[in-house]
Amino acid sequence: MHRIRVRNLTKVFGDRPDEGLKQLREGVSPEEIHEKLGLTVGLNDVSFDVDEGEILVVMGLSGSGKSTLIRCVNRLIEPTAGSIEVDGEDIVGFSDEKLFELRRRKFGMVFQNFALLPNRSIVENAAFGLEIQGMDKDKREAEARRALELVGLKGWEDAYPNQLSGGMQQRVGLARALAVDPDILLMDEAFSALDPLIRRDMQNELVDLQARMKKTILFITHDLDEALKLGDRIVLMKAGGVVQIGTPEEILSNPASRYVQRFVEDVDKTQVLTAGAIMGKARVVAFESDGPRTALHKMQEESLYSLFVTSRDFRVKGVVWADDCAAAIKRGDKDLTGILDTEFSTVREDAPIAELITLLADSRIPVAVVDENDKLLGTVVKSNVLSALAETQDVDVLPEHPGQDDAVASESASPEEGETAAAGEQVKGGQSS
Amino acid sequence: MSQEFPIIGKIPLADWIDSGLDWLTDKFALVTRAISRFMGDGVDVVVGALTYPPPWVAILGFMALAWLLAGRRVAIGTGLGLALLWNLQLWVATMETLTLVLFATAVAVAIAMPIGILGGLSERAHRVMTPVLDFMQTMPAFVYLIPAVPFFGLGPVAAMFATVIFSMPPAIRLTTLGIRQVPAELVEAADAFGATRRQKLFKVQLPLAVPTIMAGINQTIMLALSMVVIAAMIGAGGLGGEVWRAIQRLQSGMGFEAGIAIVILAMILDRVTQKIGRGRKQAKKS
Repeated sequence: MHRIRVRNLTKVFGDRPDEGLKQLREGVSPEEIHEKLGLTVGLNDVSFDVDEGEILVVMGLSGSGKSTLIRCVNRLIEPTAGSIEVDGEDIVGFSDEKLFELRRRKFGMVFQNFALLPNRSIVENAAFGLEIQGMDKDKREAEARRALELVGLKGWEDAYPNQLSGGMQQRVGLARALAVDPDILLMDEAFSALDPLIRRDMQNELVDLQARMKKTILFITHDLDEALKLGDRIVLMKAGGVVQIGTPEEILSNPASRYVQRFVEDVDKTQVLTAGAIMGKARVVAFESDGPRTALHKMQEESLYSLFVTSRDFRVKGVVWADDCAAAIKRGDKDLTGILDTEFSTVREDAPIAELITLLADSRIPVAVVDENDKLLGTVVKSNVLSALAETQDVDVLPEHPGQDDAVASESASPEEGETAAAGEQVKGGQSS
Repeated sequence: MSQEFPIIGKIPLADWIDSGLDWLTDKFALVTRAISRFMGDGVDVVVGALTYPPPWVAILGFMALAWLLAGRRVAIGTGLGLALLWNLQLWVATMETLTLVLFATAVAVAIAMPIGILGGLSERAHRVMTPVLDFMQTMPAFVYLIPAVPFFGLGPVAAMFATVIFSMPPAIRLTTLGIRQVPAELVEAADAFGATRRQKLFKVQLPLAVPTIMAGINQTIMLALSMVVIAAMIGAGGLGGEVWRAIQRLQSGMGFEAGIAIVILAMILDRVTQKIGRGRKQAKKS
């Protein structure tokens, strides 16, 4: 079910937005409109949905319109055209009273610079949304304390914002948003002002909280690593328009344009690609009941020198090696129990490659990828990891002739070239965290 | 050399202003005289109350108040300063001046707050206000005395009227500044949580503007005090009256005595009001 449905959302900043809108619809480019009319196109025909219980990340560089977008969703900024449906109601026509009510009940918002009131204690800050709703002091502060406990700030209720670190201040910001128990969380670059280490903590915490709360979250960021980590789906924006919408995997493996590709090539794939994505399918396994001769035969057919041994329902039991099998045949063993090597590693499908690299580094045994029932799904050997990482290199050596596709042509000509490079830096910065 | 401006001659600006003021006096004299009587009575009552107990009792009272508002050091300073004024036999004059200043400040702040808030919230109001405030502040204060008399009659209320006009601008300006200085992101956060305009003003903008507004009130008090001598020319009395008399008789010693008394009163009022502004801030931080 769609919690938020945005259709053809357009925002033109300036004193004659209607004129800008008209020209935009006639096909005049935003750059030209800016030059001729002095109007800035903040959003250009943006459409997307946010589903119940998902984290939708809107990702883009500064100036891409993502901050304008999130502010249109609760109408802190008035859209020039288009519709925004929240739970089936178009909020663009809402009166002030309905709008206040909507913001109070449906939305909780978290800001990049925390936006805490310096003259209020932590608990008073966390209770702010409830205070606006008109709740009594005792009741709202009890709720606020509960929210603060949820974000790990128990014991800090009576402190003041300037006594807290940035990470803690943002926890207060999060608690303030959660205290009103909103259906939808709007998070505007919520972690961007934090130190890299703290940022990662907060990301993990958000993932944890989300697993419990199942809120609908619209998250804005300029950091692709963050987008990939948090997003169930990602909306990539550029110059006020949507470039691509998809799951992290889709965006990584199938970038829609050169613009997206430029982002993707700087991503640390060891953090993003999962074991499930790079594993080789386990085409052949030995069963516990097999003898050494059968196992060796299976290996020879596939030119392998080791084989996973599983039960009949594909639960992993261990590994056998070709030379051990040969020895067992010589000894006349009837089954594999004597030569079963149980010192193997298993990972789940969603384990990042980074985890695999450590496992593979100190063992020559392939890593087994299993599901929650311990059933074998596939195997990962060093070469799988290397080839997955090498794809990054492929992108780097792509020839860059202008006119390869439209996106490329417009891009190499536009001044945003430099901006893209800067984004690369930012993404790298995020990585080093 | 002729002073005559070609063709149109001198614009009768003075006549216009006179007839405008005459018209105002004519239409509103009833109101202004009523205000005058009412305020005059108020001033009398307060002065009477302050001078009714023996000065040492009043001084102890002021010290307690200073202690409460601004701490021990200011309280001790207040006690010493007021004791000196008592000794110089300027006690009644000091109380008159204090009353005048506090009345003028109260009226000025009461008018300045809503105007200052309006200027802080509305860009258009701010643009209209700025030149008016410049006018009020730069017009020589003596000039206000002239129309004050026909409006309110000779005496402390006319002096208060001139004092209010002269001392109000900083309270307005700093209230406006205080509200405009509230970070946009805090106002936006209030909006995002569904705050109405009134909630935004009373829960976010005004509380955060308090230190700046207090600085404005402090300035207003200081300006009001600087007006007391000028206001003495139309019969305001108090310490200003003492100075005015010393000027007319060319008695330097007496002039300095009254002048020092004004300085002491200024210091007490300044320290106490500054501490109120800052004290709040510290309480917030602790």
